[in-house]
Amino acid sequence: MAEPVLEVRGLKKHFPVRQGLLGRGVASVKAVDGVDFAIHPAETLGLIGESGCGKTTTSKLILLQERPTAGAIVFEGRDIAALTGKSLLAYRRAVQMVFQDPFSSLSPRMRVEDIIAEPLEIHTDLSRGAIRARVEEVLDLVGLPPDVAPLFPHEFSGGQRQRIAIARALATNTRLIVLDEPVSALDVSVRAQIITQLEHLQRTLGVSYLFIGHDLATVAHISHRIAVMYLGKIVESANSDTLCARPLHPYTQALFAAALPSHPDDPRPDRTIAGEVPSALALPSGCRFHPRCPSAMPVCSQVEPVLQVSAAGHQVACHLY
Amino acid sequence: MVAVLQVSDLQTHFFSFGGTRVVKAVDRVSFTLHEGETLGLVGESGSGKTTTCLSIVGLVPRAARIVGGSIVFEGEDLAKKTEREMRRIRGRRIAMILQDPMASLNPLFTIGRQVAEPAFFHQHLRGGALRARVQQLLRAVRIPSPEWRMRDYPHQMSGGMRQRIVGAIALAGGPRLVIADEPTTNLDVTIQAQYLDLLKDIQRELGVALIFVTHNLGIVARMCDRVAVMYAGKIVEQASVRELFDDPQHPYTRALIGSVPKLGSKEPLYAIPGQPPNLASLPSGCHFHPRCPHAEGRCMTEEPGEFHLGDGHVARCWLLEHEAEAPHGRTRP
Repeated sequence: MAEPVLEVRGLKKHFPVRQGLLGRGVASVKAVDGVDFAIHPAETLGLIGESGCGKTTTSKLILLQERPTAGAIVFEGRDIAALTGKSLLAYRRAVQMVFQDPFSSLSPRMRVEDIIAEPLEIHTDLSRGAIRARVEEVLDLVGLPPDVAPLFPHEFSGGQRQRIAIARALATNTRLIVLDEPVSALDVSVRAQIITQLEHLQRTLGVSYLFIGHDLATVAHISHRIAVMYLGKIVESANSDTLCARPLHPYTQALFAAALPSHPDDPRPDRTIAGEVPSALALPSGCRFHPRCPSAMPVCSQVEPVLQVSAAGHQVACHLY
Repeated sequence: MVAVLQVSDLQTHFFSFGGTRVVKAVDRVSFTLHEGETLGLVGESGSGKTTTCLSIVGLVPRAARIVGGSIVFEGEDLAKKTEREMRRIRGRRIAMILQDPMASLNPLFTIGRQVAEPAFFHQHLRGGALRARVQQLLRAVRIPSPEWRMRDYPHQMSGGMRQRIVGAIALAGGPRLVIADEPTTNLDVTIQAQYLDLLKDIQRELGVALIFVTHNLGIVARMCDRVAVMYAGKIVEQASVRELFDDPQHPYTRALIGSVPKLGSKEPLYAIPGQPPNLASLPSGCHFHPRCPHAEGRCMTEEPGEFHLGDGHVARCWLLEHEAEAPHGRTRP
């Protein structure tokens, strides 16, 4: 297989919790606690988990909005922590982001053409005419006519705005786009448009996606591989088809049990897991999932399981396997 | 089965610019709900599902007015009630659960006091009897150690617990009808599953009728007995949940079902073209025609009426005209 576009190794981000007058660190929130994954060219990695599992912190680390506590992010063979000057700019150009809510991610005071041109002005020395041409080109890529360029975001519906956000992310010949719940804020009837568009763009441009989501069916549909996160750790990762056919980790199984049916006659799960995600400030000992796990054993509360290969391309962190 | 609620030809309009502009948020909506039954009201934002519910409880915004139709609840027409009379029904015989529990709970009062309110006003419980009732309600929504938790404030609870508290308040008056407006949108998937199970259990126990407003067909498949699909203020299709998923008739329903990803299937999704319409400037004829793959000349000029297809399956689409005319329900090619 080709060299990965992005590789994350042992990535950790701990946020200190300060208390008292002197602001002494009394504890730390282990938002991301040892995460490894790789994204290959033209591949989509789905990152799935509930709120507080660290998926958004992971995306911030990749976008250099936060500095990791430990671990490395390697982009096309180079550690991004070591990038400076021109090479850092090149990285920022190659990795872009699309946010969940297109109503707050686009400036209401900028015209569509300026929104899309901004990254080009920062990152390239194209002439004004060339930028204009590129803006029209990416608008066409996301299925918007060129005459929308002089309009303002408020003149568009949610789905169209998300297309503008995708166009902006694509403008600089992007290699990797981080998509943080890109369809959750959209109307149901336009979600499929955006997903189909993203899949089409990947086929034609070879761009890679990190798709962050909480809806299993959507993530499974668009992703080639899926990593399931729970409290800062990846508990299972596998090919999308493999994972859907045979989820191994009890938490992944619980997510599948909690997933909504696509037909009233679909078999109903006999049980959904009890309890709620514990606070990241007071992590359970051993396996972080053991207090909610239906198959917890004595060892689970003592020893933390590590991610191990259970079958080709299928990794799981659980004492059961 | 006893009909708890019968909504017929309900029309709720919004008036602006001194009544010169009218937006038909709810346009001739009819449905019937029986004891212990769950009706799913499905639609996108702006389809009129929330306004329909607000009309039932008499809480439509100032700019809106019920201009036609009736809402018969246990034999009485709610559309004709005064605000004073409605106040005695709301919170007692009809309860509502809203989307955001943080917005529907008062942050300054303990949850015990908030759960107690309906029982205090409607059933005039006081002292120990009131406390016992609150604890019973909290236990019913599975709040652990309710005698302690009733002294807590909403911010001390997790999102899932807060939504369960809202559920307890809804049940406090002993309602016959509960309207849940997207109650799980803000919850995580495993918490959502717990909450849906809980609602189902409570409903089975108490036999209340439930209107479940959602945009999520998965929730409908899991929770509902009947479904009404709304588009641009109208119910475009209504059927039993099985019938709707097995044999959807309206092109919008079909498109909606085809556009939702199914677990374990990589089949391409059906992308409905265009955007949901703006209610202030609706397309002529059938409001769905600009996005409909089967639209023909007549769809653009004439609005389709309701076609009855048997077994309570109703759809508003010109394509069904001939099928519906057949005397014994349907004759399909």
